[in-house]
Amino acid sequence: MIYFDNSATTQPYKEAVDSFVKVSSNYFGNPSSLHGFGEKAERLIMQAREQIADHLGVRSNEIYFTSGGTEGNNMAIKGAALMYRNRGRHIITSSIEHPSVKEALLQLETLGFEVSYLPVDSYGIIDITALEREIREDTILVSIMHINNETGSIQPIGKIGDILKSYPKAHLHVDYVQGIGKVPLNIAEHQIDLCTISSHKFHGLKGTGALFIRDGVHISPLLSGGNQENKMRSGTENTGGIVAMAKALRMTMEEMKANGGQLLSIKTYLMKELGEMEEVIIHTPVEHAAPHIINFSIKGFKAEVFVHALEEKDIYISTTSACSSKHTSVSGTLICMGVAEKIAKSAVRVSLSYKNTMDEAKIFVTAVKKTIIQLRKVMKVK
Amino acid sequence: MIYDRILIRYGEISTKGRNRKQFVDKLRRSIKRVLHDFPDVKIEAQRDRMFILLNGEKSEEIIERLKDIFGIQSFSPAMKVEKDLHAMKEAALSLFKNVYSEGKSFKITAKRADKEFELDTNEINQEFGGHILKNMANVKVNVKQPDINLVVEVRKEASYISCENYKGAGGLPAGSSGKAMLMLSGGIDSPVAGYLSMKRGIEIEAVHFYSPPFTSERSKQKVIDLAEKLSRINGGVALHIVPFTEIQQLIQKQIPDNYTMTTTRRIMMRITDELRKKYEGLAIVTGESLGQVASQTMESMYAINEVISTPILRPLITMDKADIIDIAQEIDTHDISIRPFEDCCTVFVPSSPKTKPKLEKVQHFESFTDFEPYIAKAVENTEKIVVKPNVALEKEMEDLF
Repeated sequence: MIYFDNSATTQPYKEAVDSFVKVSSNYFGNPSSLHGFGEKAERLIMQAREQIADHLGVRSNEIYFTSGGTEGNNMAIKGAALMYRNRGRHIITSSIEHPSVKEALLQLETLGFEVSYLPVDSYGIIDITALEREIREDTILVSIMHINNETGSIQPIGKIGDILKSYPKAHLHVDYVQGIGKVPLNIAEHQIDLCTISSHKFHGLKGTGALFIRDGVHISPLLSGGNQENKMRSGTENTGGIVAMAKALRMTMEEMKANGGQLLSIKTYLMKELGEMEEVIIHTPVEHAAPHIINFSIKGFKAEVFVHALEEKDIYISTTSACSSKHTSVSGTLICMGVAEKIAKSAVRVSLSYKNTMDEAKIFVTAVKKTIIQLRKVMKVK
Repeated sequence: MIYDRILIRYGEISTKGRNRKQFVDKLRRSIKRVLHDFPDVKIEAQRDRMFILLNGEKSEEIIERLKDIFGIQSFSPAMKVEKDLHAMKEAALSLFKNVYSEGKSFKITAKRADKEFELDTNEINQEFGGHILKNMANVKVNVKQPDINLVVEVRKEASYISCENYKGAGGLPAGSSGKAMLMLSGGIDSPVAGYLSMKRGIEIEAVHFYSPPFTSERSKQKVIDLAEKLSRINGGVALHIVPFTEIQQLIQKQIPDNYTMTTTRRIMMRITDELRKKYEGLAIVTGESLGQVASQTMESMYAINEVISTPILRPLITMDKADIIDIAQEIDTHDISIRPFEDCCTVFVPSSPKTKPKLEKVQHFESFTDFEPYIAKAVENTEKIVVKPNVALEKEMEDLF
């Protein structure tokens, strides 16, 4: 099996699963329980918090555990909006955000918030001058993703942070779900206030994630209850998932150091090989792009057909993002980048992890070539 | 980076006369420990300075770590150049270019320890200043407040050129002043007291009084976590956990309510002093700050201090709470200290402790009970844990991460 759909989810590390099983079996106490057995579970969570904070270059009291990327994004956006609604009701985002940001903002629009959407250029990168134009005195939140989940384009978070320095009321939220473990992000230097990560994107388990909330920034919690996570996120902690996340993040960071070069060379190879194919149009920009995502269209083929055809060869890629691929037939991000609808409809995404090898990439290239030839026979090429 | 070494200046150590060798040795050991994961680094210690030879290791990370080592007054990454004027000027220029950016001013500081060198101090200044001015457009000289101070030092064996100077943490090298017992409660003050004494070269062994079931496992863990933070300074801190429940219950029974606090503190002192003898310490460090709580008034200290003749060091005695909190935040112990668990002092606190206890009275109240065997027993059953940096978990738990 060649698994090239790592932006959808990754295979958990065996070590992370082992940690989850051990913690869930041996330290099942409620971390809030007074007794020593509960204390052990609490201890594990504290340690995990410290380890994760360490890898992100932040303080441990700035890490709040969540159920994943969608919750983290909702919590950051709605939490900030609720908290600061008396300071202003204007929010800025990009036109290519993940649905968990986009939909959360649509919901806020129905509640009286005003949202500005920054356009992107043909490389999928936001127009920074548009931010300068749109930002106002009553802007309370700017939410921009670090790496686009569909194309891999990297957004200029540093420049955004610089602009926001003159707008102390505007908080900066960064959806770092695709970037973590692949492209470093300096949270402190860019003055990021809120930052979302999700465990299953870096070989941890589904159902766990974390939101960074900068010390001194207050947001309104989404989940009320027993006041866990320093009152920010009630609900009994998922001790096993949290420990597994800490372990997966450590291992991913180690792999980034050791195999970062290899990942990039696989991507470069794929970009080159795909670029040479006549039918292929690559949407992922050459510069300012993550080392693990390639988005391309095969002219004249419906994306789904292509995905299924590769599946028969035991190769797994996806049409745009997993979250939207079941429903819409066309990628919003590509349309925003100015890609024609017909081309956008045949866009697929390859997303790599440190587990992938150059051999797999070579097999993949051969398979793509074969598939194009096969399909051309049965499909009418316009 | 083009630096090949880091020059370390000792500051106070160089005034320590005959003990200097021992001080330098301790500092060398501290540095070695902190840089243990840079295998190629070599340390060359001399009487009045030390060189860290980088041998290709990255200077940035090493510079960051050196900032926290006690006993270093300041340090500069530098380049060793043979005493050839041409080579020296080229080296100076390349270092200068490395740190220069538009609009910065500079000056040359010449130090000529080798009196046989062809140029004198003034000539070095002129020669090097001229070379920079000739080769860099728009650069300005400012001898009063330069942005870049290019130091050219000519010594017997070679010349050293540097243009960055970092402030060190000051203080004295870890462990160079002998050992003391630190009474570590779990509050905000005592870790700060520990930190400040470590800064003056004291080796700390922490003593904590533990009263289960009145205080929980969590409060003990809190103290272990605090000790862990302190252990980062010198690689390890011994922590003595004294079982204190029995004595506290005895005090509650035998001593009038408003004097229990005074007696409790007196007994703690006696136990700590026994541990000090056992582990060969020379003093006891506390986090007391004058007037902060009932046990820290002059009268209380007078009544409590009487039980021992060992020096009690109180680094925080004149400090305001706000200043103590600032340091606690700086050394990362504050957030641990404010975890809301009871410790042995808070559980048994009487409703109105005497703020001005009388020594004769407390002596009288205690005279009806022989605490000696209880003290001996507590010392006997004290558990010793050696806390190491970054190891806050049991082995079995650690594997999960």
